[in-house]
Amino acid sequence: MAILLTKETKVICQGFTGAQGTFHSERALAYNTKLVGGVTPDKGGRKHLDLPVFNTVAEAVKATGCQASGVFVPPPFAADAILEGVEAGLELIICITDGVPVRDMQRVKRDMRGRKTRLVGPNCPGVLSPGIGKIGIIPGHICKPGRIGVISRSGTLSYETAVQLSASDMGQSTIVGIGGDPVNGTNYIDALELFLADDDTDGIVIIGEIGGTAEIEAAQLIKDRGKKGKPVAAFVAGASAPPGRKLGHAGAIVSSGDETAQAKKEALRSAGVVIAETIIDIGRAMKESLNR
Amino acid sequence: MNIHEYQGKQLLSQLGVPILAGDVAYSIHDAERIARWLDEDVVVLKAQIHAGGRGKAGGVKIAHSLNEVIEGADALFNKRLITPQTPPEGKQVNRVYIEAGCKIAQEFYFCILVNRQTGGNDLIASREGGMDIEEVAAKDASLIHRVSLDSGSDLQPHHVRSLCYAMGLSGRVGRRVQDVMTRIYKGFCALDAYMVEINPLAVTEDEHVYVLDCKATFDDNALYRQRQVEEMRDDDEMDPLELEASRHDLNYVKLHGNIGLMVNGAGLSMATMDIIKHFGGEAANFMDVAGAATPQRVAAAFKLIYRDEDVRGILLNIFGGMMRCNDIAEGLVQAAREVGLKKPLVVRLEGTNVEQGQKILRDSGLPISPVGGMEEAARTIVEQVKAG
Repeated sequence: MAILLTKETKVICQGFTGAQGTFHSERALAYNTKLVGGVTPDKGGRKHLDLPVFNTVAEAVKATGCQASGVFVPPPFAADAILEGVEAGLELIICITDGVPVRDMQRVKRDMRGRKTRLVGPNCPGVLSPGIGKIGIIPGHICKPGRIGVISRSGTLSYETAVQLSASDMGQSTIVGIGGDPVNGTNYIDALELFLADDDTDGIVIIGEIGGTAEIEAAQLIKDRGKKGKPVAAFVAGASAPPGRKLGHAGAIVSSGDETAQAKKEALRSAGVVIAETIIDIGRAMKESLNR
Repeated sequence: MNIHEYQGKQLLSQLGVPILAGDVAYSIHDAERIARWLDEDVVVLKAQIHAGGRGKAGGVKIAHSLNEVIEGADALFNKRLITPQTPPEGKQVNRVYIEAGCKIAQEFYFCILVNRQTGGNDLIASREGGMDIEEVAAKDASLIHRVSLDSGSDLQPHHVRSLCYAMGLSGRVGRRVQDVMTRIYKGFCALDAYMVEINPLAVTEDEHVYVLDCKATFDDNALYRQRQVEEMRDDDEMDPLELEASRHDLNYVKLHGNIGLMVNGAGLSMATMDIIKHFGGEAANFMDVAGAATPQRVAAAFKLIYRDEDVRGILLNIFGGMMRCNDIAEGLVQAAREVGLKKPLVVRLEGTNVEQGQKILRDSGLPISPVGGMEEAARTIVEQVKAG
């Protein structure tokens, strides 16, 4: 049944009537996601894409029983939108918005302590389970139902991975884009735990990049699990990156030795993960890991 | 975004953090005027560039007379400073900070930064100030003390107290250092800083505490609400191509190779740099044509890369999830015609409206090599550039 989303999960969109919210809600509906409405302050009571618009998340929860939300609001309002969803009791919030200030995310993390809500993102492509539904911007047509879980900081590299897995018939159980920001919600280890516990996932692809040490923590978790784990393949982007320069993602910067692509690859390799030296090899690496 | 030392000190002094008297000079004449105004026995001239290691590179001069101030300023204003943190050709000195000297008894290190593992802020302190902190860490890690705050948690007095005790500071001096640390932390949060490094934090012979150097990095995503910081941006510190790219909202970083890259997505841009290297080439730049790529933006991005004299060939690698390949192709053809395409150009398009995009490229009659996959694209451009 894949992770995070089920066919029954009722989803809303925050920032529903905006350009991005509209575009991607249309695609989510076309992908058979159970989208039940959306939230845009001051536009409550209208219909948009034939679905109800609410002023607040709490109203949306009351009227629709929604459990999950995709956040498409502009960066200055993203932290507020996330926390509104948390306080309304949503189980899952996926924040697509790119450019949220770090200090705002620190506040979000503080206020989410002890809450049951799971946050994915911000600055992420979202979550897609082929044949089930999607929240976010991952193109549905490149995905195919299968038994490989994908965890990626980068949107475009999760697409490259999906294409290769689809072409080789491995497919995907769920793709989770955790986002490229330095302070975020769900991390590799959280998503790994979910995939390891998921009966519909046989193997896991990790797409990492320079900056931070989240991939090293993932390697440690895989090592600790040992034989009780699942086959894992990984690619880490940024092997040719110069130190001290931020490459696009707010988090993609090498400021210490543990943050290089080399250090991350070595940590993952020593945990038994098959490493793809370039992104075009990630499908092959996954197959090799499954056949070991 | 980074700022200069003197700008950091301006921000800190507004928060009640003690700094020594001083001002920034843009010319030798300025330097002389400021030194006269300071009227000190000893003044320090410090080159203002966005890079550490200035002292060892000759970017700091001590003057005991007006003549020495003028001599020092003359030497600095005509200098390209080369430090381990600058590009190999160094950085031109355009601003010099002229500051009163002081009698230092002890130097400490103090830094605040976002800890990515915890999502909280870390405070790091050491009594080995004035040195490169990496050297201290390599020499004796027990001399470095750290407090890790939970994400979003406030700094408490006990946090800075324990740092001071760990550095052997107590009593009046300890309390003064704690006060300074607390004020800097407040500024760190209020100004959306990502990193603030004070090295050294000096205690003088008469037991006063001063911030003697300050390096600060701010969260680019928060600049919209930090006007004072935003206005401190120094365009001279940026590579001219990077500056122009930032005006077009393009994520661009100049690198040392000769293959120009134009990619959508930060991850795919890095992975494209990597695969170029894997096949024996070297990227001339990182570029993520982020967001909605209209034909106009694509054209601006292409022209920028084309103009880079180091670029001997260009690879376009687009996975159009949100973007439409026909828009990309249209912008590309328009820009290629404008520049009179003479450098090799390899294009890999995938995703939404890819057939339309390919057709626009074919119909243009331009010498563009369309390729199927990323591997072929990378191999082709590396070969074409090598063949010259």
